Amino acid sequence: MPQIFKRPTSLKDVQTHFCSGCHHGTIHRLVAEAMDEFGVQGRAIGIASVGCSVFLYSYFDIDVVEAPHGRAPAVATGVKRARPGSFVFTYQGDGDLAAIGTSEIIHAANRGEDITVIFVNNTTYGMTGGQMAPTTMVGQRTSTSPYGRMKEKDGAPLRMAELLAQLEGVSFSARVAVNSPRNLMDAKKQIKTAFRYQVEGKGFSFIEALSACPTNWGMKPLQANERVGTELCDYFRLGVYKNIMEL
Amino acid sequence: MTKRLFVKGNEAVAMAAIEAGCRYYFGYPITPQSDIPEYMSAELPRLGGEFIQAESEIAAVNMLLGASATGVRAMTSSSGPGISLKQEGISYMAGSELPGVIVDIARSGPGLGGIDASQADYFQAVKGGGHGGYHIIVLAPASVQEMYDLTMLAFDLADIYRMPAMILSDSVIGQMKEALIPNRRPEAELPSKEWAVRGKGEGDQRIVKSLYLGDGELEAHNWKLHNRYCELKEKECRWEAFRTEDADLLVTAFGSCARIAKTAIMLAREEGLKVGLLRPVTLFPFPAAAYEELTSRCKKILDIELNAGQMIEDVRLSVSPDTEVFFYGRPPGTGSLPTPEELLEQIRKHY
Amino acid sequence: MPRILIEETRCKGCGLCTIACPRNLIILSERINNQGYTPAQFANDEKCSGCALCAEMCPDVAIEVYR
Repeated sequence: MPQIFKRPTSLKDVQTHFCSGCHHGTIHRLVAEAMDEFGVQGRAIGIASVGCSVFLYSYFDIDVVEAPHGRAPAVATGVKRARPGSFVFTYQGDGDLAAIGTSEIIHAANRGEDITVIFVNNTTYGMTGGQMAPTTMVGQRTSTSPYGRMKEKDGAPLRMAELLAQLEGVSFSARVAVNSPRNLMDAKKQIKTAFRYQVEGKGFSFIEALSACPTNWGMKPLQANERVGTELCDYFRLGVYKNIMEL
Repeated sequence: MTKRLFVKGNEAVAMAAIEAGCRYYFGYPITPQSDIPEYMSAELPRLGGEFIQAESEIAAVNMLLGASATGVRAMTSSSGPGISLKQEGISYMAGSELPGVIVDIARSGPGLGGIDASQADYFQAVKGGGHGGYHIIVLAPASVQEMYDLTMLAFDLADIYRMPAMILSDSVIGQMKEALIPNRRPEAELPSKEWAVRGKGEGDQRIVKSLYLGDGELEAHNWKLHNRYCELKEKECRWEAFRTEDADLLVTAFGSCARIAKTAIMLAREEGLKVGLLRPVTLFPFPAAAYEELTSRCKKILDIELNAGQMIEDVRLSVSPDTEVFFYGRPPGTGSLPTPEELLEQIRKHY
Repeated sequence: MPRILIEETRCKGCGLCTIACPRNLIILSERINNQGYTPAQFANDEKCSGCALCAEMCPDVAIEVYR
């Protein structure tokens, strides 16, 4: 009987360090599948960021450069400019991309760097123990917002997919989720579009993937998965915010 | 006839980088180094290279990190305040064993300070300015010609030792015009960059990183870096000894200050005072052996710096026992650059 | 007949496959695996259509599907 679902070639056959019910593993797999589909594994250079996503090199069977916190888009810029024939993507969390790395992401996007950014938004700093992130929901309790995030004091959660869609250099910006088969199939499609645009040299492409963080949300995996589909999707609306081919 | 040019020190740095094969430059405007990005922005596109005016010094140094990781020669430049921002990336480059050239055309500080010449970035440059305990190669040119030659050397040393190399200069040398012989890139035996990430192709995965979490991994990594610093100290110390053979008083200074000190020494010699100059060219590795050897005979050394005393610490650690170490320095700022006559006075005082 | 293969040692017992299966053919077992989780278990292999939604949803790529 033929195997119709198996591990993509670009993904190493190893156990991940991600917690039970964390969506990082799923997003990793979708990225690897897309790399396989475009046949770019051999010329791919991944840029690892700081946080739960730092071990990119342990899971992807591709060349990897580790960037300082938030600086992955700048490192990717250096890599891609020096090797324009390579396939370059960053994989960053919300603290990394939307707080300390806000400057780097906006300017790399605005320059239209021919890279793809995979942005995993789980509304918290996972690796450091669940502190408030720029994407933490209003009212959400974290280890540094014990009374809940206050809009008046902390600002509202940043919507990066919408924000970046406004920049000229961006070819594609979409927000996806992997909390249900339906959302996941759509995520697969959008990630492939983002990758295709880089392969075709169309400029900067951006995927924001909502993710559960059961451990830091203090929830069971299924409960956290449910929260992505309800509370998160309600504020962080899924969809394509920019597609240069449809303008 | 040998070609001679009349150029600024900053331009010499940029010209040398191009001669050394650097085709990737990432920078940000700041006085007094902006001639370097300006020059690169005009030249690199013509040569098939890339110039990016980055959104910040932080982004620029991380672009350098990314380009260097692919194995190409790349550079960034700035002045003190920008170098402070770059320290994060420099620490990551040191930890990731990445070559790359960083130019500091220092200005006076702390804070915004001023734009006058300064040697107050000595500690920041030679002691590992960022976190985690590391060193980078630091070269201190004292002329436009040295700006050129040492920049080419910086690229070679960075490649050989797999670590960042810094040109530490200031506005005196950077903004001054002098005659320059644009030497060809020297022949150097360079290791192949088998660590560079270029896409794995059919080969094994390559990783450029500074994270080591396994039991004993980071300690071993740090010992490896430490051993490389020891090797540098053994093999790559460079200095200039000027009229030291018969000296009864040694003067030591680097970069711009060494030029003024040299004039003062010549004035002193005219008065019959036997004074010589020991000028370190490599600040890291610090040429400790040269200090030890010269002070084993001449027991007095006067250290002159354009700061309140930084290199003095390395001088004290390097001289032979019983050497008297004197210091004369002025913190940087408008009007604080000493005159030769002022230094001659110090020479007379300690002779 | 389509079937799935759950690699128990890789399973972290999150249960996402159990809600993905349109026919509710997967349950979490009572046993504890080598990682300390209660792994997913194929409860009824007769009715599996091989749609692979369980495998798609699994964050740990612990399910293989044959059809």
